[in-house]
Amino acid sequence: MSAAVLGPERRAYLGLTAPALALLAIFFVLPLAQVLWLSVTDPRPGLQNYAELVSNPLILRIWTTTVRVCVVTTLVSVVLGYVVAYAMTRVSERHRGAMVLCIVVTFSFSILVRGFAFVVLLRSEGVLNSALQGLGLIGEPLRLLRNETGVVIGMVHYGLPVAILALFSNMRGINARYQDAARGLGASPFQAFRLVYLPLTKPGIISASILVFIYSLGFFIIPTLLGGGRVVMIAEYIRVGFEETLRWGHATMLSTSLLVAVLLVLAIMARVVDLKKVFGG
Amino acid sequence: MSASAFGTAFRRSLLLASAWLVLAFLVLPMTVVLPVSLTDQRYLSLPKAGLSLQHYRAFFGDPVWLSSLSQSFGIALCSATAATLVGALCAIGCWRLGGGLASAIRLLLLAPLIVPTIVQAVGMYRLWAWLGLYDTYPGVILAHTIIGLPYVAITVSAALATVDPRLEQAARSLGASGAQTIRLVILPNIMPGLLSGALLAFASSFDELIVALFLTSRAIATLPKRIWEGIQVDIDPTIAAAAMCLILLTLLLMLASVLVRGAASRRMRRIAGAPA
Repeated sequence: MSAAVLGPERRAYLGLTAPALALLAIFFVLPLAQVLWLSVTDPRPGLQNYAELVSNPLILRIWTTTVRVCVVTTLVSVVLGYVVAYAMTRVSERHRGAMVLCIVVTFSFSILVRGFAFVVLLRSEGVLNSALQGLGLIGEPLRLLRNETGVVIGMVHYGLPVAILALFSNMRGINARYQDAARGLGASPFQAFRLVYLPLTKPGIISASILVFIYSLGFFIIPTLLGGGRVVMIAEYIRVGFEETLRWGHATMLSTSLLVAVLLVLAIMARVVDLKKVFGG
Repeated sequence: MSASAFGTAFRRSLLLASAWLVLAFLVLPMTVVLPVSLTDQRYLSLPKAGLSLQHYRAFFGDPVWLSSLSQSFGIALCSATAATLVGALCAIGCWRLGGGLASAIRLLLLAPLIVPTIVQAVGMYRLWAWLGLYDTYPGVILAHTIIGLPYVAITVSAALATVDPRLEQAARSLGASGAQTIRLVILPNIMPGLLSGALLAFASSFDELIVALFLTSRAIATLPKRIWEGIQVDIDPTIAAAAMCLILLTLLLMLASVLVRGAASRRMRRIAGAPA
């Protein structure tokens, strides 16, 4: 760590941070403050916009859908990601390199392209259904799009690489000999895993879950493309309300509720793990 | 003994097979874009009789698609440059300031990555309209600069963490000015981090959709916005060709960042292995 500097030097270094701070203050913090402000003042001052959160059945349903889809996405991503991350700690460096390449390539694909690929694959007349019908495995095409199955498939595709990297960075620091020692002391392979290894990976599981969950909450592209208007999550609802009604109080209230949800989950996370490590800052 | 050895080998194969199955789920669905973009049909499907480049011809022959491609390129180039410049200066400032203030500034720099983009876009809309930035290039570039800042901050801070602060003190005590120190001593040491941050910022702007949807209307249609509108209206295979362009570009960027890091680690090894 660098030693703190004092005096005119310190002012000079503060000066280096000034352009970024000014940019963020005017074009990031100010718009967010305005979102909060409008949510309690438009069309008139008061909390009536927020009353809709509990009184409007449509909003309630959309929030329930959002949380349900995000929970399922998180569970599937973390369980499957755990298998991959665990395997990554048990293979040669070359083998691991191949696995990392798959993950990094997936990461580099734009979400829009991934959504498009899944639309092509999963449509009723799409690649997957044609192939299965061609093989005579199914009669009717499977309904994989415009429902929560499709949305979860797409969202897991985004969540998995995030989960794998978070889990692997935790597992890399665990000495494999702990499990050997447990085996040597008479534990079965399953016991050695459950009683020794699994508890050690708890911080990784927590940070992976929360990262996937908070990214899923604000997801817009995948649910809109693969949900096809049938599965509406909060971000798409904000966009639709914004485009069609321009009720600022309503749109900003929904945005605020999404922001608060994300910050709440982050706050829970901050109590359990070191946030700086999670975001690499 | 051999039964337990068999058990171990079996468990290991099972683990590796499941892991590769999951990885196949990540990689295989993406490969479908290539054959679909080469289809000989007029609708979105796999090639039937043979491969055809007609949809690439349609893409590169259409001034509307080409204009989107160049708009995205220009916006990404400007916003990545701005984000790299501003983000790197700020990261260097934080590195030397240290303490609680620096941590607070770093956290603020990461915030655009944490706050959902849709929330930022709703907030930006009014301010941008008020400032006359709505549906203008400076407006989109500015918004994408904010979104790119966290990537630069993360990679440059990580690069700075490996730089010895005494290097800087040495340069200053030998008479270098502050600007000279940054240019001649700090910058060469953090170049790989700076470049990979710039590449990430470029990529984040090049395939950004949400801000582009909120802050532009008729005057600007970036490549992602055009693809998005295409998917919503009717999916013709030209979109697959456009998607392939996005894919190729991101793969190139990734390759570039791998090369940058490779060059950096070779340089580190050379320094470490140099005879005293």
